Amino acid sequence: MNSPDLQSHLVARRLRKSYGSLKALDDVSFHVGKGEAVGIVGPNGAGKTTLFGALAGSFPVSGGQITFAGDDITHDPAETRCAMGIARTYQVPRPFLGMTVFENVMVAARAGGGLSAAPATDHAAKILEQTGLFALANTPAAALGLLDRKRLEVARALATSPDIILLDEIGGGLTEAELVQLIALIQSLKDNGMTIVWIEHILHALIKVIDRLVCMAEGRVLAAGDPNAVMQNADVRRAYLGSTPE
Amino acid sequence: MTDYSIRPIPQFDRAIIAGAGMAFVVFGLLPMFGSALVVDKLTMLFIYIILAVTWNLLAGYAGLVSVGHQAFVGLGAYMMLRMVEAGVPPFIAIVAGGAVIALIAWPMAAFVLRLRAGEFAIAMWVLAETIRSLVMLDPYIQGETGRSLVVLNAYDPDMRRNTIYLMALVLAGAVIVISYRLLHGRLGGETQAIRDDEEAAGSVGVSTFRVKRIIFVLSAVGCALAGTLWLASAITFQPRTAFGIQWSVFMLFMVLVGGLGSILGPILGAVLFMTLQVIFGDFGVWYLAGLGIVAMLFALHVPRGIVGLLSEKMGREPITMQKLLNPKRT
Repeated sequence: MNSPDLQSHLVARRLRKSYGSLKALDDVSFHVGKGEAVGIVGPNGAGKTTLFGALAGSFPVSGGQITFAGDDITHDPAETRCAMGIARTYQVPRPFLGMTVFENVMVAARAGGGLSAAPATDHAAKILEQTGLFALANTPAAALGLLDRKRLEVARALATSPDIILLDEIGGGLTEAELVQLIALIQSLKDNGMTIVWIEHILHALIKVIDRLVCMAEGRVLAAGDPNAVMQNADVRRAYLGSTPE
Repeated sequence: MTDYSIRPIPQFDRAIIAGAGMAFVVFGLLPMFGSALVVDKLTMLFIYIILAVTWNLLAGYAGLVSVGHQAFVGLGAYMMLRMVEAGVPPFIAIVAGGAVIALIAWPMAAFVLRLRAGEFAIAMWVLAETIRSLVMLDPYIQGETGRSLVVLNAYDPDMRRNTIYLMALVLAGAVIVISYRLLHGRLGGETQAIRDDEEAAGSVGVSTFRVKRIIFVLSAVGCALAGTLWLASAITFQPRTAFGIQWSVFMLFMVLVGGLGSILGPILGAVLFMTLQVIFGDFGVWYLAGLGIVAMLFALHVPRGIVGLLSEKMGREPITMQKLLNPKRT
């Protein structure tokens, strides 16, 4: 495996994040190239979501460095990183509950996307169509079920016109048909040049889109590289699947 | 060329806005035929409207609940007193004394806005008490005794009353229009996003601190303007009254009874509050007990306030700040 180079879009070097004595991130290095799609798997508590929080600037890290397109963003707040083109979704959806679906997406289009009212309206409407939320545009976000809230997470992130999107378990709970649609959506984003990092437990969905797979456990990277090779790795099978290869 | 649009303001809301515009003109002409008592009561109503709209902007839209905004009511009044003492004409000091509070609120925001929810509310109260104590150290204020705005006695009483009335009317109108325009624009969506989930707001690119600071400074200036107007009509400045917690209680009452987080709510709340004050004001302590009972009844039976009731009747919120997407392609 190559070491992260300047061609890489988003690079994290030796990230650490501790909560008291718990090491949520223990010396994690991670990189994703421009236009690349990387999957992240790992058992619960592996540090996957914490890695996203660190990359998106949701909290300060305890150590390490993050660069984006060559710039050091380790100490930049979330809104600056969003404006630079890093968008994230939340594993447990966090919609703005006092606003409609359209207003949720509109805030993202205006604040993160930097669009003025008319183009933001257009952009928001198109993203609602793309994510299957158009019919619910004027519904209060508080009235949405879990699946639509997950769609709204993706819609809101896309509305900021990101270069790179961090997707956190957006496939969980979907039916097979919905999953097919979701994979098609993410594939189309990738085809349009968007960089994708996707945390997902549904391996067969992940494998269809990603170029590379990272497996984490206990705040560390266990293995990274070709998806099939990673899944055959003995450590990965032990930690993640609870079995060893025959 | 855009394919989509935001649904225009409904006919009914347009009618209310037009009605409010006409009411503004009628109120403007009122001093020509209204009695001195009516003019005085309406001046107080406009001051209450400024307070309620301002506090609602802060608590209802940005989610910043403060029980210390009497700090700015008192500071505005104090600043006016000091400006007049320095030779500024009193009617100019009404506006200048309020506006200058922005210079105090701006740096103050850097400290208090780092606190969350309850911490912020209590810190504001502590600050209000601290500022009151500091103001009482000013020899000109004479501690508890206070100081009167005696220069105002030099004006003809009718001219003075009517000028303060008209200034209160115009400033209340300005506060309403500015918050309406503000909430309709980008900042409106951003403040509500922060209120609903500050971290997620940051993740979609909202500069959370910057937005909160703008709202905080505006709310401070609004309260300070209420303070200068109140001093101009009451003449006497006593630190315990000017910085009293009752201002926060009034604001809470008006906004919660009217409807938190709506544009119409605080205005209706202020009208109801003023009406109660006119009817029951002579009953002394019972008046306060009555206010308490009304507040409790609303909290139990009408938690979303008068606007909540209206919304249920109409099936939608009147003069809503909500932006709806027009499904039709244009």
